[in-house]
Amino acid sequence: MISSFKKALESGKFVVTSEVAPPKGTNLEKMPHHIELLKDKVDAMNVTDHQSSVMRFPSLGGALLVKEMGGEPILQMTCRDRNRLALQADLLFAASRGINNVLCLTGDSVILGDHKEAKGVFDLDSSQLLAAIRRLEKGKDLGGNDLDGSVSFCAGAIVTPEADPIEPQLIKFEKKIEAGAEFIQTQAVYDLDNFKQFMDYAKQFPVKILAGIILLTSAPMARFMNKNVAGVNVPQELIDEMASAPKGRALDKGIEIAGRMIKRIKKEKMCDGVHIMAIGREELVPDILSAAGLI
Amino acid sequence: MLRSEQKPFEEILGYLEGENMVFILGCDGCAQASQTGGLPQVLEMKGRLEREGKKITGYKVVDFLCQKALVASALRPLEDRVMESDSVLVLCCGVGIQTSAAMILKPVHPGCNTINLGGSRGEWRGSERCMECGDCLLDYTGGICPLAACSKGLRNGACGGASNGRCEVSPEKPCGWELIYARLKETGRLDMLKKFVPPKAWNKMRPTPEMLSTSVWALEQGDGSIQEGIE
Repeated sequence: MISSFKKALESGKFVVTSEVAPPKGTNLEKMPHHIELLKDKVDAMNVTDHQSSVMRFPSLGGALLVKEMGGEPILQMTCRDRNRLALQADLLFAASRGINNVLCLTGDSVILGDHKEAKGVFDLDSSQLLAAIRRLEKGKDLGGNDLDGSVSFCAGAIVTPEADPIEPQLIKFEKKIEAGAEFIQTQAVYDLDNFKQFMDYAKQFPVKILAGIILLTSAPMARFMNKNVAGVNVPQELIDEMASAPKGRALDKGIEIAGRMIKRIKKEKMCDGVHIMAIGREELVPDILSAAGLI
Repeated sequence: MLRSEQKPFEEILGYLEGENMVFILGCDGCAQASQTGGLPQVLEMKGRLEREGKKITGYKVVDFLCQKALVASALRPLEDRVMESDSVLVLCCGVGIQTSAAMILKPVHPGCNTINLGGSRGEWRGSERCMECGDCLLDYTGGICPLAACSKGLRNGACGGASNGRCEVSPEKPCGWELIYARLKETGRLDMLKKFVPPKAWNKMRPTPEMLSTSVWALEQGDGSIQEGIE
């Protein structure tokens, strides 16, 4: 079965994805609200997998909820918490419920999260997980055994266009495509001239690329990301622009900047779409889309 | 060499609850070098336990507690003292503690934690680490082991979490994959990074039964005399 997200990627339209984060606990009130708000405005919604190594309601459960509510989920899967048996089993379950988009990630270190004494698994890495998906599609598991029933996925991975050094990042990007990645959602990009340079290289590969957009919520938040988030580089002009916002209006400025960036990416046909990460402010995604002229 | 550190004294006292007569064993090998189980530490432990009301029936620092024959010969003259004890406290690495437990028919308590050296092996140890995975990847990685050098042990390149060449787990730790990248670049072998390394056969990391034997395995399999231990 071809997922609607895959159809969107193949249609040549400007694709928009966003994300929803499962809750810490069983209170699912907020997530359905976000899903309801976004499901008809974006082509698919990523459901994060214990983001930043913080234990939460599972991404598979969240993806199921998106599906049940008529949205199009992208199941995020990290290699941190499950070995190859568990990863394959979850993929089989996802396929059985019509969850056919998967984003393959290594996963943050356990020590960055809220269960610092846990054992990091990393039985597979992100490239190997992509290859495992392609193998399941051929009817075989990683043990070489036949599967009863078929699966089909639209599998993706991430890349960090601002990585320093960039060369090994580009090599790994290529390797992920060879392993089976059909789409790439990038780490946040802010310097679009740099991003264009990355795209000049990336365009030669048969993969759809969605530029990562993280909503800036304040100047200190931008500085914090520069200092603490690997591969994120908010240029000084944007930090100054955020700081210039009147008191209490920083968020509006952040929405304006995100909208402006998306507009430019689309206008200049830099890549195939955008992946909007509002990190806890998902209710603002429609405002960003509106600022970008997309709705 | 194995590195150890002494357990918190309260934890040791917990092990010794209800036991009054204690024999202390130390080791003049690695534990002496780690300053956790040499004579000074054994004497210090003796004093601390006596102040807690324990009776120390005796103590002995054996050259190498990991060597059963040495344990047996060192303890045989002290057999009465060991056997009148409620238990034996061993200030040594996990190997020495296990050897002592195998040789002495008394409760044996660990006095130390053994620190993981992340695969430090060989007679002359530098910063290089081998995890003994049984399926060497060093050809792909320019002679730097990704299992040991990367905090996640990744096989197909960096995770993207490093900044300024430092691993996300600690600013003290260099990103193993950036080291690998630099080495491969220096030696004109960057194409190695493009090779897909398949999922690892972790079962090769499990030692075979004969590998689990000690260097005196042959002796142990002999007439059994050194296995008699202290009973």
